[in-house]
Amino acid sequence: MSGRDGDTAARRGGGRRAALGGIRDPFAPWAAPGAEPLVRFESVVKRYGAQTAVDGVSLDIYPGEFFALLGPSGCGKTTLMRLLAGFETPDEGRVLLSGEDLAGRPPHKRPVNMMFQSYALFPHLSVADNIAFGLKQEGMGKAERDVRVEEMLALVKLEDFARRKPAQLSGGQKQRVALARALAKRPSMLLLDEPLAALDKKLREETQFELMRIQQALGTTFLMVTHDQEEAMVLADRIGVMQAGRIVQVGRPMEVYEAPASRYVADFLGDVNLFEAQVASVEAPHARLTAEEAPGGFRVVDEDCPAPGATVWLAVRPEKLRLSLDAPAGNPENTLAGTVWDIAYTGDWTNFIIALPNGRHIRAAQANANRRVARPIGCDDTVWVCFDPDAGVVLTQ
Amino acid sequence: MKALGKAGSKRIGWPPLAVAAPFLWLAVFFAFPFLLVLKLSFSHPALAMPPYAPKMDWSHGLQGIGDFLKALSGVNYRRLTQDDLYFASYLSSLRFAAIGTAISLLIGYPIAYAMARCGPQARRLLLMAVILPFWTSFLIRVYAWIGILKPEGLLNAGLHALGLPGIDILNTDGAVYVGLVYAYLPFMMLPLYAALERLDPTLLEAAADLGASPTKAFWSVTVPLSLPGVAAGCLLCFIPMVGEFVIPDLLGGPDTLMIGKTIWTEFFSDRDWPSASAVAIILLVTLVVPILLYQRQQARALEAQR
Repeated sequence: MSGRDGDTAARRGGGRRAALGGIRDPFAPWAAPGAEPLVRFESVVKRYGAQTAVDGVSLDIYPGEFFALLGPSGCGKTTLMRLLAGFETPDEGRVLLSGEDLAGRPPHKRPVNMMFQSYALFPHLSVADNIAFGLKQEGMGKAERDVRVEEMLALVKLEDFARRKPAQLSGGQKQRVALARALAKRPSMLLLDEPLAALDKKLREETQFELMRIQQALGTTFLMVTHDQEEAMVLADRIGVMQAGRIVQVGRPMEVYEAPASRYVADFLGDVNLFEAQVASVEAPHARLTAEEAPGGFRVVDEDCPAPGATVWLAVRPEKLRLSLDAPAGNPENTLAGTVWDIAYTGDWTNFIIALPNGRHIRAAQANANRRVARPIGCDDTVWVCFDPDAGVVLTQ
Repeated sequence: MKALGKAGSKRIGWPPLAVAAPFLWLAVFFAFPFLLVLKLSFSHPALAMPPYAPKMDWSHGLQGIGDFLKALSGVNYRRLTQDDLYFASYLSSLRFAAIGTAISLLIGYPIAYAMARCGPQARRLLLMAVILPFWTSFLIRVYAWIGILKPEGLLNAGLHALGLPGIDILNTDGAVYVGLVYAYLPFMMLPLYAALERLDPTLLEAAADLGASPTKAFWSVTVPLSLPGVAAGCLLCFIPMVGEFVIPDLLGGPDTLMIGKTIWTEFFSDRDWPSASAVAIILLVTLVVPILLYQRQQARALEAQR
């Protein structure tokens, strides 16, 4: 079920990419003809008693990808990762690595390594011994091991900390040791469980770029679990959005943000204003919608719009709304009247909350592009909100 | 800056009552009796009540103290080195304690490990089961072992019922080991359990993830991280086992040689209080070494946690 959703979502996203005007990024192993996935989840189900943690997930992850599983806590994303690491066994379906079924293979015999959310560094071992732990299990000789440990320490820039114990490291240093330890065996795939959750904001941003640098330097396939949409957008080549044990959309960060498959996805990734509307007419690539809140109706660019008469939702992101104090002439499309209910200045952006005549609140955001420009819009002002035809996206679910 | 220092020194000047209380306790119940025994160990036996001399004569003031000190001698300690019995007793006690501790560790570790792996409900129940025997008098529990181990006791009845030949174990060193391990096993298990229960299960997952089989993970992660518990358990068993008197007396045979028994004999059979005191002082000194080791290890464990 969700697998099919994922496929259609990916197709929809793929079909729209030209219209979205994405960043030029030739890296798309999932789109290459005849590409073999590194990891394949086949209709995987995992239950805990009466609860279904993973509910029929089918997903392919390709070599060299940085894939992020994104969802709120309890959506099954960590369980999915633990199924791959071997800490859980699926109740139904299969997990394949390079085409081989992993069923019955214990964690210590799987060529994937995991970076734990709590880092799980061995407190009785030094940094170097922590990194060497997996190599020792492999039976690698001491000389070779030392070289590899040096290499890993250099990769995470901790050369001077080899002899320290984990208790003597800061949170960011521990995170890097955990990363080096998980990468030391050169796994075919690295699993990252909320890798940055324990770091403060500034460090998190630095570490994001560090993770990307390391992933690109090694070419290892990364699978990350996170509840932080910004983290997923910055790091991942593709994002799989999860909801209640299912994958509801898979796509590039821009696809899931600009062309969400559902109201759930639109709302989970960033802020969104949703308007319930009826399809009035479809003249590809444009569609006209009628809605209670917009006297002039909506006109949007959407190639997959359902037939006239259907009830849909129009999703428009706050940063795509424009505000004006001047009343427009006539009764134009994509325009709503309202009063400013609250203003939040956050430095880079100013967020407006606008009360519509029917009492609903919508959000608009404006970049603060200049320092000293007058900001004429104040609280309780009557404003007109409008947006471009390709700013909104029509959602059917 | 100066004012701050003054305020700081004022705060730590005199220890508050809470800190004084344990020191007072130690002074009254440890230091004072210890000094009495120490003094006694330098006296010599006498036909008197109490049976030793010299006695301090306070009526002669400083002169009396001087005479008293002059009359003390190290003759008891010299005697200890001349009679092989004492040395053999110490050695035998240390052997009993060492082997008893080792057996307790071998039995206690798997039990503590299993307890730490149980669900919280079962854990509480098992912990209770470990502590429960303490509700019965120690002496009665050791007596109960006589009933089990005696030739016509429960053990042999059970062996006969299985068609096996009986064993005559009561009043042998074997029975002493049974008693020692039985009595001190909880002191081994509780610190082991505490150490194993604290062990983060994700560490074992991490070890498995890095390619360690469950056996390897046990030896390279579980065991090293439970070593503080092992050390605490061993010392908590070893130290009281060395000085144990009741178990060798009730379960051991005539040849069972333990220092606790020797001290008892010196005190009550031979009425040689000074010699017995000297033996006790040497025992204390022997035990101070492992106690100091234990404290150093505890301090290090505390530091490692920080």
